[in-house]
Amino acid sequence: MTTPHQATAQGTQPWQGGAPAAYTSPIPVRDATFGDALRSEWTKIRTLRSTMWTLGVMLLVVVGIGLLVASVMSGHEASGFPALAAGFFGVLLGSLSVITLGVLVISSEYSTGMIRTTLTACPSRSRVLAAKAVVFFSLAFVLTTVACLLVAAVDSSLISGHGVLAPSGSQWARATVGIGLYVALLGLLALAVGAMLRHSAGAITAMLGVVLLPLLLALFMAGESLQTLRTDLIEYSVPNALAAIYGIPMLDSGPHGWTPLWILAGVTVVALAGAFTVINKRDV
Amino acid sequence: MIELQGLTKRFGEKVAVDHLTFTVRPGIVTGFLGPNGAGKSTTMRMMLGLDNPTAGDVRIDGKRYAELKEPLKEIGALLDAQAVHGGRTAYNHLLCLAQANRIPRSRVGEVLEAVGLTPVARKRPKGFSLGMGQRLGIAAALLGDPRILMFDEPVNGLDPEGIRWIRNLMQSLAAQGRTVFVSSHLMSEMALTAEHLVVIGQGKLLADTSMADFIARNSRSFVRVRTPEPERMRDVLAAAGIEARTAGDGSFEVTGSTAADLGELAARERLVLHELSPQQASLEEAFMGLTAQAVEYHAREAGEPPTPTAGAPVEQAPAWGEQWRREHGPERSGDGEGV
Repeated sequence: MTTPHQATAQGTQPWQGGAPAAYTSPIPVRDATFGDALRSEWTKIRTLRSTMWTLGVMLLVVVGIGLLVASVMSGHEASGFPALAAGFFGVLLGSLSVITLGVLVISSEYSTGMIRTTLTACPSRSRVLAAKAVVFFSLAFVLTTVACLLVAAVDSSLISGHGVLAPSGSQWARATVGIGLYVALLGLLALAVGAMLRHSAGAITAMLGVVLLPLLLALFMAGESLQTLRTDLIEYSVPNALAAIYGIPMLDSGPHGWTPLWILAGVTVVALAGAFTVINKRDV
Repeated sequence: MIELQGLTKRFGEKVAVDHLTFTVRPGIVTGFLGPNGAGKSTTMRMMLGLDNPTAGDVRIDGKRYAELKEPLKEIGALLDAQAVHGGRTAYNHLLCLAQANRIPRSRVGEVLEAVGLTPVARKRPKGFSLGMGQRLGIAAALLGDPRILMFDEPVNGLDPEGIRWIRNLMQSLAAQGRTVFVSSHLMSEMALTAEHLVVIGQGKLLADTSMADFIARNSRSFVRVRTPEPERMRDVLAAAGIEARTAGDGSFEVTGSTAADLGELAARERLVLHELSPQQASLEEAFMGLTAQAVEYHAREAGEPPTPTAGAPVEQAPAWGEQWRREHGPERSGDGEGV
């Protein structure tokens, strides 16, 4: 197998007109597409136990607590309460599971070193991040919406009369698609934070802080001077946003209806922009 | 073909890779040798577009890595066995990589079979031994049937059978006309597999030569002569104009003369010889001589000088591998010479 080495006699830029490599594979080479990246990321997300666990817990909590609340409220006096809002408690807990998965989708690649293998297969980092975001967001949105639909259907049949408000069309839409979008966006925000921090525990902690801290801080804020801050913290906290989408905000002021969704969408876009910027700059 | 042009990587003040320029040619195994911390892995990561070079350029068959259409079909890399999600089964790990580059699903089974992992295809790599992890990494490298293969320390953690398997694999891949680039910190390993050699130390290129040239130029051969009358021996050698130096144990290391000539000379002078043996300093020593000045982390024993003297003979440089040499004796002849 000894062959004399040929000198690269192409001057200062030896790759110009690069010598043809001797081996050719029978597998044809085409341009890899975004669709290939999506297919790959879908395989990745469905073949991990952490996906099954986090989404399983989410479904269990949203549906289980939703049904529990519905059965407790059934036949009781609840004047002025929108029937579908009984799903709120389950969703609040279930969203934490979705956040965890959102972080893990990207941070587990960094903690295991898988990201290096991923990026050798797909050198466009933006494409990898975009594919991850699309696959995760779709999965989280579909599953959360289905769970919410189930709970809403049970709520509307079990909780009625006794002054309970019968759900309108827009309430139906907000309690299913609206909540599904909000929770999936929360997960996407977690994914962006995970991509920036590259550390599972750190990113999950940061996201828990984002979700829970404003409301907790507001609880312990006393005094007139802090009143405005306290109100803002409550109005823009994640639990209050979920409640507002269900039509049961803690305060009468503040964003209501679909507005909390647009606010979160804006925040998520900014975080994703940050994630795209750093992922393209950093070494892995 | 991989071409590096003035490739440089700086981490803050520290220069990890310093203006590397060399070419990895197809059809042969090119060894990439250097002590730990020499910048081998950083260089390989830059070749794959994982790290951004501070300066310089890498071309894979004339293109930058990011410009490759379906990279796995052009270059396969074993970076380290840990670049795998431990919770995803071996089969699914390879499947998601295959899908990213539109490699037929059937290839997954083929490469698992090729590396001998078919029985554990549905197992999670979390429970794999180091050797199984290496095999999975090699399966991923082979997945796209690429023209270029790159292995970073492939024999790490493998048992002798696995090491032999890797050697044969690399040589058969090169024989098919592929470009094979393999890094190692073990000269003896390289001597058995590589035909061409690129040596770096502290990020700098120290040698870019064929293995045969490297051996011819760097392995010091001499004849060891031991006699109960060293003073007379010295005079006889001096009178004959033969260069010799005294080794630590009182024997002579004679260069520029053959054992046969020395034997006849001794017989003429009626000198008693207790030893007359041709010696060749091992490639490992040649490599250590080359990199002694460029080793970043020295393991020193008590009483040794803090820095190796420039230009000191190989045997006296307190370099990397010193302990190993002590245990195996100062000379090892014929070690891995048969390439």
